[in-house]
Amino acid sequence: MSRADVLVSADWAEENLDTPGVVFVEVDEDTTAYDGGHIRGAVKLDWKTELQDQVRRDFVDKEQFEALLSQKGISNDDTVVLYGGNNNWFAAYAYWYFKLYGHENVKLLDGGRKKWELDGRELSKDTVTREKTSYQAKEQDTTIRAFRDEVVASIGAKNLVDVRSPDEFSGKLLAPAHLPQEQSQRGGHIPTAINVPWSKAANEDGTFRSDDELRQLYSGEGLDDGRDTIAYCRIGERSSHTWFALHELLGHPNVKNYDGSWTEYGSLVGVPIEKDV
Amino acid sequence: MCGAPEQTPTLQPGIDIAKETVVYGVVSKQEAPVPGAYVRLLDATGEFTAEVVTSATGDFRFFAAPGTWTLSVLHKDGQVRQQVEATGPGLLQIPLELP
Repeated sequence: MSRADVLVSADWAEENLDTPGVVFVEVDEDTTAYDGGHIRGAVKLDWKTELQDQVRRDFVDKEQFEALLSQKGISNDDTVVLYGGNNNWFAAYAYWYFKLYGHENVKLLDGGRKKWELDGRELSKDTVTREKTSYQAKEQDTTIRAFRDEVVASIGAKNLVDVRSPDEFSGKLLAPAHLPQEQSQRGGHIPTAINVPWSKAANEDGTFRSDDELRQLYSGEGLDDGRDTIAYCRIGERSSHTWFALHELLGHPNVKNYDGSWTEYGSLVGVPIEKDV
Repeated sequence: MCGAPEQTPTLQPGIDIAKETVVYGVVSKQEAPVPGAYVRLLDATGEFTAEVVTSATGDFRFFAAPGTWTLSVLHKDGQVRQQVEATGPGLLQIPLELP
């Protein structure tokens, strides 16, 4: 696996807008962004209403994911190119999610919507319709998904990478600062976790830093190459960005994303928490 | 969960400004509002804390905490940075003018 297999540039994207078998998919936190203008031909995926079970806190199941992708007109053989706002947080989350259900060819548009806009590239408001498919998903690959019991058991044993901002890590803030701060869970972080904010893996235009810079970053922050790694944030989207950097770009073998993240861990009864403020 | 509220100075119901430290304002250039600008909130050490995109009316808004912050604006037509001192909870309006 190399960078070219998992990441495409905006230039590449522009040259491949009409390539058969390449499907662009926009995934945003602000799900109205797509309607205001999207990459020509891209379909929209709503991370909240389409990728989450609407009753339980969990993902849609295999059959629901198959129905979703079939309805979006995505087939098993397609190369899916994901992009979105927030420096690709939710696009990276969708990337990890597509991998969880075993989609072979997924790529991330480097820099996402932000770089596309800062470059002044074309956005379209045209309605996009694709012919329905019969998508077949695989069973969830839980070698890339961590659950709470494993996280608690990993304290002091695996690399725990908290990718939230330093003020969320310390417990000063409970959510990223574009969101209201009143939350039910406690502030702080999982004991023995190192704090490597996702933003350190990205340039200011939202593109990923080079492999050398990423290697220096994580080794400099004390990530132990000999141990398995679990990344977490607040709801698992920013940690997907770091999972992508560690697993897909740097090729670390055993990296999981803990999608329960702080909104789950910080609400658990009886688990240890470290707080710095 | 994580739906970014629209970046208008009108707060959605349920936000308690006695508890929230709201840093907000309008990004403008030659007195015209600039929509689609990327506004970053950096903490006292200069580390990224959050980012929003300005609304059609150039508005941005953050829910911060008391302390020292920096606002950094990135747009295809220019950049600007400004330091902010939030002394306590409440509304703190910071206009940002692109050069």
